[in-house]
Amino acid sequence: MLLGFLVLIAIAAIRLRDLFAVVMLFGVYSLLTAALFMDLDAVDVAFTEAAVGAGVSTVLMLSGLRLTRRWEEAPGHRPPLPLMVVAVTGAALIYAMLDAPPLGDPTAPVHQHVTPYYIEQTPLEVGVPNIVTAVLASYRGYDTFGETVVIFTAGLAVLLLLGVGGGHSFRPGENAIGDQTVLKPVVKTLIPPILLYGLYVQFHGDFGAGGGFQAGVIFASGFVLYDLAFGEGNARAVVPPAWLHRLAALGVLIYGGVGVYALFAGKAFLDYSALSANPVAGQHAGILLVEIGVGITVFSVVLSIFYAFSGRRRKS
Amino acid sequence: MNALPGIFNYLVVVFLMMAGFYVVIAQGNLIKKLVGLGLFQASVFILYITMGNLAGGAAPIVTEGVTVYSSPLPHVLILTAIVVGVATTAVGLALAVRIQEAYGSVEEEVIHASDLRDDESLFGEPAACDREGGQ
Repeated sequence: MLLGFLVLIAIAAIRLRDLFAVVMLFGVYSLLTAALFMDLDAVDVAFTEAAVGAGVSTVLMLSGLRLTRRWEEAPGHRPPLPLMVVAVTGAALIYAMLDAPPLGDPTAPVHQHVTPYYIEQTPLEVGVPNIVTAVLASYRGYDTFGETVVIFTAGLAVLLLLGVGGGHSFRPGENAIGDQTVLKPVVKTLIPPILLYGLYVQFHGDFGAGGGFQAGVIFASGFVLYDLAFGEGNARAVVPPAWLHRLAALGVLIYGGVGVYALFAGKAFLDYSALSANPVAGQHAGILLVEIGVGITVFSVVLSIFYAFSGRRRKS
Repeated sequence: MNALPGIFNYLVVVFLMMAGFYVVIAQGNLIKKLVGLGLFQASVFILYITMGNLAGGAAPIVTEGVTVYSSPLPHVLILTAIVVGVATTAVGLALAVRIQEAYGSVEEEVIHASDLRDDESLFGEPAACDREGGQ
């Protein structure tokens, strides 16, 4: 059922030339994907997809669209070559998929090797109930450090391309969507729960679904909402872009700092047992610190990317 | 969804992936290409999460009385990939915005034609390789 909807949306996205509709459909596509992930027991992923795909990503696409053009030009010619390439690649992939283990098969390769180790050892070695968080922040901490740096770099790239914003290009109090009498009180009541929820997701990530990635995005979306309803001058007064740039670096610094601290304590990089005499308590502290670092970086990068787009005026 | 037999999920994933691929290679609008890339990306996410699913398994959060969990590893990979995905999409969008400002369009053909005109005004006649590329 869900997959059927996804297919319909994909086809519609190909055919429509109104890019606004395409972007909104893409948001719906993401939300449906999140529902599908929920159905497949991937609660953390569903959470992230709903916050990122349906929320932040759509807002960013729309602000990008504002600076370009809403309507796609009619294609001059439809070359059969791309269709052929796609058909051949698709056929090859389907041929490969015929050998794939069926859905939910316990003998599939993915359920051998390290998966049983993570599931059995997490309660003993790391002691946090959410295995996804344990793998993310502890067992595969190097990878996550890499991802955090990638996000930081992406934020840097956007700022380099669009300028750091602020100053000349925005007028305080100016509002992208006009003065909305109904929207303002609604947004006002929504923002505190959103921010509170962001904090809850951040600090409860060890126990339930959630963690730094989701929390950062949710926290940023609270400010994006404020910015949209009350005008960018006001949002920038609450969190100035210059702070955000420092915060983004601070998050990476916290993550890396934990790793370097472990080095100085005579352990391996990011070995959290250096943080406490009791290894399990050390893991707890390490995961908490690292997740805070991730949360800060994700929050400030997402928000400064949004500022960069919204602060730019259309030129042509 | 668990009741659906076998590899149905994978087939849909391939279809979605190819839909995204088609948008990327066949359509000229840069914003639409980014959406196509997003479709492709999301289908890969579905592929991974489908592989991690286990019949009768629970979400990988340790609960008393539950012994069978879905594999947490694909979840971790995709969770970070989603956030990195939005960051890289933002970079793509920023590039598209700059292209719009420089060329006045995000249509591939317009950009290409504009490049050819620039070459002609600089070097008199378009180079052979450019002429072929333009046709």
